[in-house]
Amino acid sequence: MTDALRAEWTKLRTVTGTWWLVVGVLALSVAASAGIAASTHVSPPGGPGGASQDPTKLSLIGVDLGQAVVAVLAVLAITEEYGTGVIRVTLTATPRRAVMLSAKAVNIAGLALITAVPAVVGCLIAGRLLLPQAGLDPAHGYALISIAHGPTLRAAVGSVLYLGLIALLGLGIGAVLRDAAVSTGIVLGLLYLPPLFAQLVSGPWRRHIQQLAPMTAGLAIQATRNIRTLPISPWAGLAVLAAWAAGMLLIGLAVLKARDA
Amino acid sequence: MSSLTEPSRSSRSFRAALRAEWTKFRTVRGWMIGLVFAALMVVLFTFLQANGKHTGYCTTPNPSSCVNGHQYVPSGPDGEAVADTYELVAKQLTGDGTITARITSLVGRIWAGPANEAPSLADTESGLTSWAKAGLLITPSTRQGSSYAAVMTTGGHGVRFQYDYTNDQAGLPGSISGTAPRWLRLTRTGNVITGYDSSDGTHWHTVGCAQLAHLPTTVYIGLFATSPTTSQGSATTATASFDDIAIGPQADRAAQATSGPWHSMSIGTGPRDFYTTLRNSGYRQTSDSILVTGSGDIAPAVAEVGGDTASDSLLFGLVIALIVLIVIGTMFITSEYRRGLIRTTFAATPDRGRVLAAKAVVIGGVAFAVGAVASAVAIPLGEHVMSGNGNYIFPADSLTVARVIVGSGALVALTAVAVLGLGTILRRSAGAILAGVVVFVLPTFTGPGIIGPTSAGSAATWLYRVTPAAGFSMLGLLPRSGLVSYQYTMGNGYYPLPPWAGLLVLATYTTVALSAARVVLRRRDA
Repeated sequence: MTDALRAEWTKLRTVTGTWWLVVGVLALSVAASAGIAASTHVSPPGGPGGASQDPTKLSLIGVDLGQAVVAVLAVLAITEEYGTGVIRVTLTATPRRAVMLSAKAVNIAGLALITAVPAVVGCLIAGRLLLPQAGLDPAHGYALISIAHGPTLRAAVGSVLYLGLIALLGLGIGAVLRDAAVSTGIVLGLLYLPPLFAQLVSGPWRRHIQQLAPMTAGLAIQATRNIRTLPISPWAGLAVLAAWAAGMLLIGLAVLKARDA
Repeated sequence: MSSLTEPSRSSRSFRAALRAEWTKFRTVRGWMIGLVFAALMVVLFTFLQANGKHTGYCTTPNPSSCVNGHQYVPSGPDGEAVADTYELVAKQLTGDGTITARITSLVGRIWAGPANEAPSLADTESGLTSWAKAGLLITPSTRQGSSYAAVMTTGGHGVRFQYDYTNDQAGLPGSISGTAPRWLRLTRTGNVITGYDSSDGTHWHTVGCAQLAHLPTTVYIGLFATSPTTSQGSATTATASFDDIAIGPQADRAAQATSGPWHSMSIGTGPRDFYTTLRNSGYRQTSDSILVTGSGDIAPAVAEVGGDTASDSLLFGLVIALIVLIVIGTMFITSEYRRGLIRTTFAATPDRGRVLAAKAVVIGGVAFAVGAVASAVAIPLGEHVMSGNGNYIFPADSLTVARVIVGSGALVALTAVAVLGLGTILRRSAGAILAGVVVFVLPTFTGPGIIGPTSAGSAATWLYRVTPAAGFSMLGLLPRSGLVSYQYTMGNGYYPLPPWAGLLVLATYTTVALSAARVVLRRRDA
């Protein structure tokens, strides 16, 4: 297992694409958070119905965008091997499919988690600096964003875990589909389409979609206000995403075992 | 000679490249399946979304008064949706004639109670909306949506001459007071109605004139008042004081005018009418003046109706089609790099710009066909399902619907071609698809879909102005009017850019991506 882990890590770190994508995660997340925070104007200050906005969730909006790059990073970790034929060398060296896929999963999830920490911190700093100018300041009933605040800490840690799980989901889909283009399309569609569709339907359907879709359920972890009105509670939502990731990895493993490389 | 044969050889060679690219495209079974899937998704999700939309309304706070279906929206003379709710105090006039009156005051009240309660006069404050209207009106019928011409004073737009809901001409500016009254006059000569105004009762100016089609011999002629909702949606009333009223045939023409009593009529104030009014309409006659109070509007109807448009259910399916076409558009070039086929392609057609152009034409053409055909099927289907569910659909003429269909095709085509450019630059499927989805699809979501309409309304508006999401403006069908104070915002369903301007924004992105791809393709080895 250690050899497999080291082999996968060597492959991951020596591909230039990996580091571009890591930089992409950081840049996109922080830029999106800063952009949204800078263009937010709550009028009248404080918003309708008192303190109804959620500054922490708003400043973590960059994770919505950064996850796309994390997912692609994970998809590429396996589909590139199929594209170039390296997968046959990999499986010759590590014939046990489960060991190979676990080694990939550990590496890609670890890289995603390590990348997510500065990305999430950057998003929170952008929110802390920019949101008070939008009217979300202590004078209007909004405390400055701080890790010392329990729910904010949960949102931050949860967002890091969320990105790790997204990486596992991407890896699982890549293992099932094997083609970089199709896998990327499917994983991005799976993440982004259900939230849009949920907005367009009404009644209980909206709630069910939000409870079951990987992105809407997983991102419940970012909420720090009005927890009761969420379609799913924060940790349960993250568990739904974990179930998606585990399910995709298991199907990926089954496909790996069943088919020739 | 060679200068003559050169273009034809070049165009023949382009046609050969085009045929080569088309053959490559159509023989990949997965891509053809993808195209059919994209089109089916557009139709399927249009149906699902339309099917989920139901409308009902209640005429009183009592739940037993609630019914399915939409409230009544009148249709104007050209079939457009209009508001036609006002108070009319009129006589019948046969043949040509004229009416003159002085307006000495125009005041109003604005509903100030909670938004979720039915407006009543009990909780109002004094105030006048800028499009509160009172003046003289001629109409052949008191049926809602019928033709009319009117000269009026307004709350904030001076004297206006308006006819048939959409036509408007300005007269004397300024507001009304006891020291600055306005004299108004409306004359009928055959089918022509002319409106005049005056600030002293002796010097008259023509404000405008209108030719009303099919005007019968006998028409209603009289005084009216109405007052629209504020841009925040609060119901209002306006009360005008008329005196010096003279009504009758013109001196130099033989015509009959009734000298009988005034008839007071509340047009369209019933509970089934969509327009939110304050139930305070009526008129009061004193020895020398008539006070008319009205609530409502005589103007085009905009999104205040709460209706849907034919394209409202199209968006989600189109987004799926966009993602599918992004994947196919990318693979159209990246798969050639992966398999080394690109070297054969360049050996056959050494002009790389020509290869890229041929690929762009092929992927753009099929993407356009998928988007246009799918929306041509989906629009009538969605409209049918939504009307069946009782929803009001804003009428749209066939030219406008054609614009939405062409727009859907162009939206998908421009995106696919842009992503072909990205794929050419990046040469790698995942990177190009990622860039394609982030740049061409995600801005669409960052609007009300993810962030919520209140917290980032201005951010969403900007995204729909400057990012490729602007292309979705082509789907906009909600009517706007300068004669109605309404918040024409994204929250109310209005795209910030006009349709073709939005498509131009998207086309700019496509042009930049394709030009960059062309430069990169020429400089690099295959």
